[in-house]
Order: sequence, then C-alpha cells, then structure tokens
Amino acid sequence: MRNGIITIMKKELARFFGDKRLVVSILLPGVLIYVMYSFMGSAMKNNFGVDERYTPTVQAVNLPVSMEALLPQTGFAVITGTDVAAAKEAVTAQELDLLLVFPADFDAQVAAYQAASGQTAPNVALYHNSASTNSTFTYQTVVALLDAYEAGMVNKFDVNAGGESYDLATAQDSMGSLFAMLMPMLLMTFLYSGCAAVAPESIAGEKERGTIATMLITPIRRSDIALGKILALGIISTISAAASAVGSILAMPKLMGAAMEDMNASIYGITDYLLLAAVIFSTVLVLVTLISILSAFAKTIKEAQTYAMPVMILVMALGISGMFGGGASSELWAYSIPLYNSVQCMTGVFSFSILPVGVAVTVAANAAVTLLGVFVLAKMFNSEKIIFAR
Amino acid sequence: MALSEQQELLQVKGLTKTFQLSAKQQKLEKTKEKVRTAVNDLSFTAYKGEIFGLLGPNGAGKTTTLRMLSTLIRPDSGDALVDGFSVVKEPDKVRSRIGFLTSELKLEDCFTPNYLFDFFSDLHGVDPAVRKERKAALFARFGIDKFAEVKVVNLSTGMKQKVSLVVSIVHDPDIIIFDEPTNGLDVITAKVVTDFLKELKSEGKTIIVSTHIFSLIEKLCDRVGIIISGKMILCDTLENVCGGMNLEDRFFEIYKETVGDGE
Repeated sequence: MRNGIITIMKKELARFFGDKRLVVSILLPGVLIYVMYSFMGSAMKNNFGVDERYTPTVQAVNLPVSMEALLPQTGFAVITGTDVAAAKEAVTAQELDLLLVFPADFDAQVAAYQAASGQTAPNVALYHNSASTNSTFTYQTVVALLDAYEAGMVNKFDVNAGGESYDLATAQDSMGSLFAMLMPMLLMTFLYSGCAAVAPESIAGEKERGTIATMLITPIRRSDIALGKILALGIISTISAAASAVGSILAMPKLMGAAMEDMNASIYGITDYLLLAAVIFSTVLVLVTLISILSAFAKTIKEAQTYAMPVMILVMALGISGMFGGGASSELWAYSIPLYNSVQCMTGVFSFSILPVGVAVTVAANAAVTLLGVFVLAKMFNSEKIIFAR
Repeated sequence: MALSEQQELLQVKGLTKTFQLSAKQQKLEKTKEKVRTAVNDLSFTAYKGEIFGLLGPNGAGKTTTLRMLSTLIRPDSGDALVDGFSVVKEPDKVRSRIGFLTSELKLEDCFTPNYLFDFFSDLHGVDPAVRKERKAALFARFGIDKFAEVKVVNLSTGMKQKVSLVVSIVHDPDIIIFDEPTNGLDVITAKVVTDFLKELKSEGKTIIVSTHIFSLIEKLCDRVGIIISGKMILCDTLENVCGGMNLEDRFFEIYKETVGDGE
C-alpha cells in the first residue's frame, strides 16, 4: 500500500483510539443491546408467565359430576359455593382467580342437546380478571380443559395427536431460518450506525474544524487521503458493528425465552463466518464511502448527519426486504447491486444456502463502488467550492 | 543587497480570481453584481532570499492571492511559477516547495505537537533521520520541547501558533508564505515569529507575507506590493515605494489616489 494511505490510516485510527469517548460510543451500543434484550426477555417472561409455585383457586357453582374428576387435573384448588355475587367480588378483588358457574343440570342438558336443532347450547360462565396474570392463566387453562372435554364428546378424528414430533425440519434448519430472517436486518442497521457514528466526524468534522486544508497543502495525493480515511473508518465501523452483533447474538436466547435457550450461533461453520466477514467488510466500505461523500458536501457534522438520513432509510428498507424476500436470490445480478447484495448474502449465509460466487460478485461490486467513491471524494477534496464552502 | 542579481523564485503572472456572490450576499452588500473579482490580473516577482510583503486593507485580495500561490484554490486565469513550477499545472511539486501558514489552517486538537510533526513530515515524505534532527532543533528553538507531549487543545494560543509554524515548515521549504503572520498574537509571540522570519531570510529562504500592519512591513520587508481592490497598485523596494515618507502616510496617499480615481 502507498505510504500516504498508511499515514492517513494511522492518523485516523490514532485519533479514534486516542479518544476514550469515541471508543465507548462505538462499543456501547453492543452492550446496550445485550442489556436491553436480556431485560426485555426477562420482563416478558415475568409478565406473561405465572409463578410455578402459585396454586390458583377456582370456585365452581353447580359443579357437575363429569367435571368433579376433570377439574382437579389442572392442579388448581377447587372450592364449591353458591354465593355468585360474593365470588364475583372476590375475583374483582383478585382474591379468587376464577369463578365457574355451570347450569344446574349441566350433564343432562349437554346429553340432551342436539347441535342441529338450532337451539341455544348450554352455557358455562367463567368469570375472571384480565388485570391479573394468575386469573388470566387460570381462565385460559380451564377454557382449554372445557374445549378438550367438548371435543372429546364428538371426536371423529385427531390431528397430530400423541407425543411424536411431526415437524421434520432439523433443529439447525429452523434456527437457521430464524437467524436468516432477523440477522440481515439487524446487521445492516448495526453496520449503518457504526458508519454514521464515525464518517461525518472524520470528513465534515475536519472541514468544520479547518484541519483538512492543513493536510491539503502537503504534496500527499488527494486519493490517498480519501482511501486512507475510508479504510480506517471501515475498520472502526466494523468493530462497532461486530460489538453490536455479538451483543444481539448473545442476548437472542434471552429475548426469545426458554424455548430458544439452546439456540446459539455455533450451527455455522468457519466458512460461513469467513464469507460473512467478507460481505460485512465490503458492505461497510460501501456505506462509509457513501456517508463520506455526503459528509464532504456538508459544512458541519450536524449537517452531514442529516444528509446521511436517506442512506439510513434505504438500509433499513433493504434489511426489512430480507425478512420477506423468501430466502437468498439465486440470480447473479442480484449480487451486483451494492447494499441489496449484502442483504442477499447475509440471508444466504444464515439459511445455509449461500452461493460462494454470489459473495465473490458482491465483494467485487462493492470494491468497484468503493473505488469509484474514492475517486469522487478525491475530486471533492480538490474542489475549493467544497473545501472552503461557507 | 543587489536584488537585480538575484534569482526569481516566485513569478506571479496575471493572477485573476472571481467568486460567485450568493443572493444573500448580494442583498447584504446591496449590489446586483453576481460575480466579485477578488484578485484582478495580479503580477509580481519575489527574489530568492528576500521578504516580500503584500500590503492592503481587509478584503483587498491578499488572502485569496496567497491561497492561489499555495495551490489551495485555482486561479480563473493567469499563473504563478514557484521555483519554476506552475501552481496550475504542477500543484504537488509546488506544495512540496512551499510552507504555508495561515490562521485558517488548524491542527487537530487531539494530537500532540510531537505526533503532528511526525505526521506532517510523513505527508511531506521527510526522511525519519532528518525529521528527528529537525524536530529537535525547531522544538528547542520555539520552546515547544516542554510541551511536545501536550495535546494541542491544552496549549496556549501562542504555543499553538508556534506549533502551527513549526509544522508548516517540517519539510524545510525554500518559499514560506505567511498570511497575517502576527495576527492575534501577543507581543512576545509576535516578536518570536518576526525574529524567526528574519532568521529564515538569513538562511536564504524566500518569504511572502501578507499584512495590513505597516510597522511589520517596515521592520521586515525588502520589497512590498500594495494591493487595493484586487489590483496591484504599486510594487517595488520598500525605499522606492516610500520615497522618503513613512509607509503609513505613503499608503494613504496611494489609497486616496486609487480609490478617488475609481469612484
């Protein structure tokens, strides 16, 4: 590599790593994502789950014989009583979890009822309190019990009965498809935020502080400044995105709850990670180049951040498109469009359907766009209208 | 010193630079002209080993001229040859032969003078051994050595200016261009700077300064060019320009003639 490029890269990296606040600012999102996701996961579990040591209390009025054996199967404490009004108040006060009111001769009515007759079916009233998690849980359990009892009476056939596993997808495949749906969007967003955090500061910031002209009066090539900056910013942005990605992968099982506890990223092999790394770094270069060019037009960091907004919207839209795209494209042209190709490659890697030639086309296309961007940026550095804009 | 025998190190030939005025600026200045001529067909020559002063009021076009000489902006027409190289055609050769200092060129706050000296030496392609020696000498000369590892943001204004000065000449250029070299400096730092300019001159360097301070020109310059409204009104040795008067009186005489004629 040319000396000038290395000098600029070293300076950019030294400036960045010499500033603790900047380092924290790119690593913090990763930590925050982990903390937030974990917190959200455990909060959801607490909200929608019931304490397993708790025994709900159900009061049944006119409990029929058929139910006498069935209801205790739930493990709830069943009490009987006839004061419906007092029991309703107890449900409202969250002292009682569920009030069941059966018709007086429920079993006889059910036996006599003909569905074809068009008459009103016998009704069981379940009074519950939706503000109480325990009451809601009890209510849902009893409804399911009654539904099963009703279905059992007229059972003609079952669907997927028994304890057999009917889903023939491997655990790896289903995890892969989940990752393939979530990760491209998340990764693209992380990559963008990493780039947007450092590129405006480096290009528009130097213009704003008047330090770029000091470099421009030295004999260094403008393209060396542009390429040196883009490579250094690419490295920093990649670190930032990696921190965020690691944070979210670690937090994913916590967010998804107990069902996903054995979920981890070890289902992917070293080749997958290498392909992913190539895609990510080339994507970061494209993003950094784009934001750098926009930043070069801006007079201040703030202005540069505003100019970068459309890029963010584009990146988010592309990321979301990956969620509904139905897997990676098998057409090669799809890999020649920068940013869109990144989403395609990521979807492919995560769903085990990546075409290595697709990654090759992606890296080549992104490198071409980056070099073109370096050329444009170098021209811009040469333009007094851009460097000395007031 | 016999100037006529000396080598022409800087030849400025018909430099012209215009700027577009925005609608806002037109309104502010109550003018309908869309184009402002900042520098108008400016020519002069500076010889090796002399200090040349560009004198003029604010807005006369001094800074624009110096920016063109230092290749930061391109002239609309005309050219300048620095040590034989055209600022238009061979800007990188010019850049490696000049040192340019202006208050607009800032140093990054987060770096130390030591780091910046090395960084700019690298940009100029200075050999590391030469760099080390030159850094030691210049840092000692300006008392930067004690502050070599202090970040620029924590330096005093005067020390910052000294670091800027040192950094602008890391490559030991033959031509040094200073825009308003003593502006905003306290008397002590200003004296350090002017003394250093004399020292550079004695080493055979060519120095171009722009200023609106008469005493600075009288103290330093061998020759002077008076710019008013982008035009070179008079360019000669200090004695010839003054013609026995002091520079200040002579300048206002010229200014009256020029502006009076123009309006």
